[in-house]
Amino acid sequence: MKNILEVQNLQTSFFTHVGEVKAVGGVSFQVGVGEAIGIVGESGCGKSVTSLSIMRLLTYPGQIVGGSINFAGKDLVKATEKEMQRIRGNEISMIFQDPMTSLNPVFTIGNQIMEPLMRHQKLSRSEAKAKAIEMLRLVGIPSPEKRAAQYPHEFSGGMRQRVMIAMALSCQPKLLIADEPTTALDVTIQAQILELMKELKEKINTSIILITHDLGVVAEVCSRIIVMYAGIIVEQGTREDIFYNPRHPYTWGLLKSIPHIEAEKKERLIPIDGQPPDLLKPPAGCPFYPRCEHAMEICVEQRPPYTDLSPVHKAACWLLHYNAPKVERGN
Amino acid sequence: MSRNKVLLQVNSLKKYFHISRGFFGGDKTVLKAVDDVSFHINRGETLGLVGESGCGKTTIGRTIIKLYEATAGSIVFDGQDITHLSQTEMLPYRKRMQMIFQDPYASLNSRMTVGDIIGEPIDIHNIAKGQERKEIIQELLNKVGLNSEHANRYPHEFSGGQRQRIGIARALAVQPEFIICDEPISALDVSIQAQVVNLLEDLQNDLGLTYLFIAHDLSMVKHISNRVGVMYLGKLAELTTSKELYKKPLHPYTKALLSAIPVPDPKTADSKQRIILEGDVPSPMNPLSGCRFRTRCPYAGNICSETVPELQEVESGHWVACHLVHKIN
Repeated sequence: MKNILEVQNLQTSFFTHVGEVKAVGGVSFQVGVGEAIGIVGESGCGKSVTSLSIMRLLTYPGQIVGGSINFAGKDLVKATEKEMQRIRGNEISMIFQDPMTSLNPVFTIGNQIMEPLMRHQKLSRSEAKAKAIEMLRLVGIPSPEKRAAQYPHEFSGGMRQRVMIAMALSCQPKLLIADEPTTALDVTIQAQILELMKELKEKINTSIILITHDLGVVAEVCSRIIVMYAGIIVEQGTREDIFYNPRHPYTWGLLKSIPHIEAEKKERLIPIDGQPPDLLKPPAGCPFYPRCEHAMEICVEQRPPYTDLSPVHKAACWLLHYNAPKVERGN
Repeated sequence: MSRNKVLLQVNSLKKYFHISRGFFGGDKTVLKAVDDVSFHINRGETLGLVGESGCGKTTIGRTIIKLYEATAGSIVFDGQDITHLSQTEMLPYRKRMQMIFQDPYASLNSRMTVGDIIGEPIDIHNIAKGQERKEIIQELLNKVGLNSEHANRYPHEFSGGQRQRIGIARALAVQPEFIICDEPISALDVSIQAQVVNLLEDLQNDLGLTYLFIAHDLSMVKHISNRVGVMYLGKLAELTTSKELYKKPLHPYTKALLSAIPVPDPKTADSKQRIILEGDVPSPMNPLSGCRFRTRCPYAGNICSETVPELQEVESGHWVACHLVHKIN
């Protein structure tokens, strides 16, 4: 499969008055054409900063300090602001978490969808309007001609998220980044939106990066999963690798700490003790060692390298070193 | 003290909010947030309430603890009708029922030390002073998994999960019997949620607490509750044991809600038959005639728009409010 996006050793820091916060500390991954990948992790693990870095939307004091982002043969880290403006919304678009605040309240929905079409695709007003209505119909908004003339406050949360998706897909981008697209929505509405995203992926063949903290959501939509912790990727692999054969203790912990709705008997949840590290003073070794029950001496001192478990499955853990004691994933 | 088996009984509870619309606030509209809801909670039991935003689950919690005045119906706590008690008459009951709030960032006063936050209910109820008060606070902090030194710090120095522990310690300070947990974990990260849920379970075992657990996360509610009530637009749609609810949901809304949960397991996710509900929840301000779920219900018939379905016991301990319950199951 050809890759649409290749991120190499991306490092992003925030230079605050108390010191440098390494929000993303060397992240590498690829996204294939037409592929949907998921990035999971808890708040502060750097998943949103990774996506903002790809879009070059970081604001002061955030800054990309190293690495490269290769998108369709171009390094986005080196791209000028003008070049980025041509890419954003046209070749890469983004859906944000909160559909309530990411639409402009003083423009009609139709106008907001028409804007990228007129700007990037140089469509005329009437052409753009026709296309906007077509997009609204595609994302399942009833009577789109009437709805296009309405303002965001006249739409419910789920409907606004549909509008955001219509806007993001209007220029047929090669890559869609969805940052927690369903977190603010109710379960039944979330199911509608996820179904819509799966359907549109088939129809338009867009690559998707889905960022979420909900393991259920990635299992539904993504074929490959990246698990992030404290600014680094601790494990990545296919959906089946991550759910059925996880190899990093953090992934084990994540899977064990959620209740399973099918469970017949009530089992006690197994939380991960402690809290994520302070990224102002990150641990020298593995960032997960303070919370890891299998931590060894070397984990404190040295950052673990990636071990390739299959061509697509790799994890950063000293337990996978050939000299390490064999530890099984507990149940 | 009498030992009633039923600790809390809620009878046909209604809570309406009057909303002024239009110029000079003429044109009054009534928002029926909770409309004729009845249930009971046994001593030592956890009752879960689930539903989507705006279904009235938080309003029920707040009305029970009398942060809101009930519009109609009654709330009976340990054999005593507390619906119309005055503030002072309510004080001894406030000591017996406490609340844990959703947002650990907004529910702690940022200008008070943790010790004073936990000490406030102790002062209000005149439980202890001086050294004894200090000892109680330290004991509470240890009980919820924090250090006694934390008493002198301020809320901003703590993470979300730790703040929620402070909120729990504050609720425990008056040694209550009944705690209303209003979405206590939805603002927390996955790995931290499990910590707080386990803590709540341990405290229940150690102290014999009774919980009303309000949340929208069905898998977590199933995990922690003995019985679960499903709400839709101010009414109970279904009420039964958590096992039964997940194994054999009878109300079409419960079925849709259960099938909408994303499953963290690829095989199940691929094979699962999904019921996708059309449309959104209608506004509670102009409620529908008959069954409130009928606009989104795939089975709705004529009777559904004519009469409001009553909550009836279809099987032993399994209550459903649906006209067509026998036809569709």
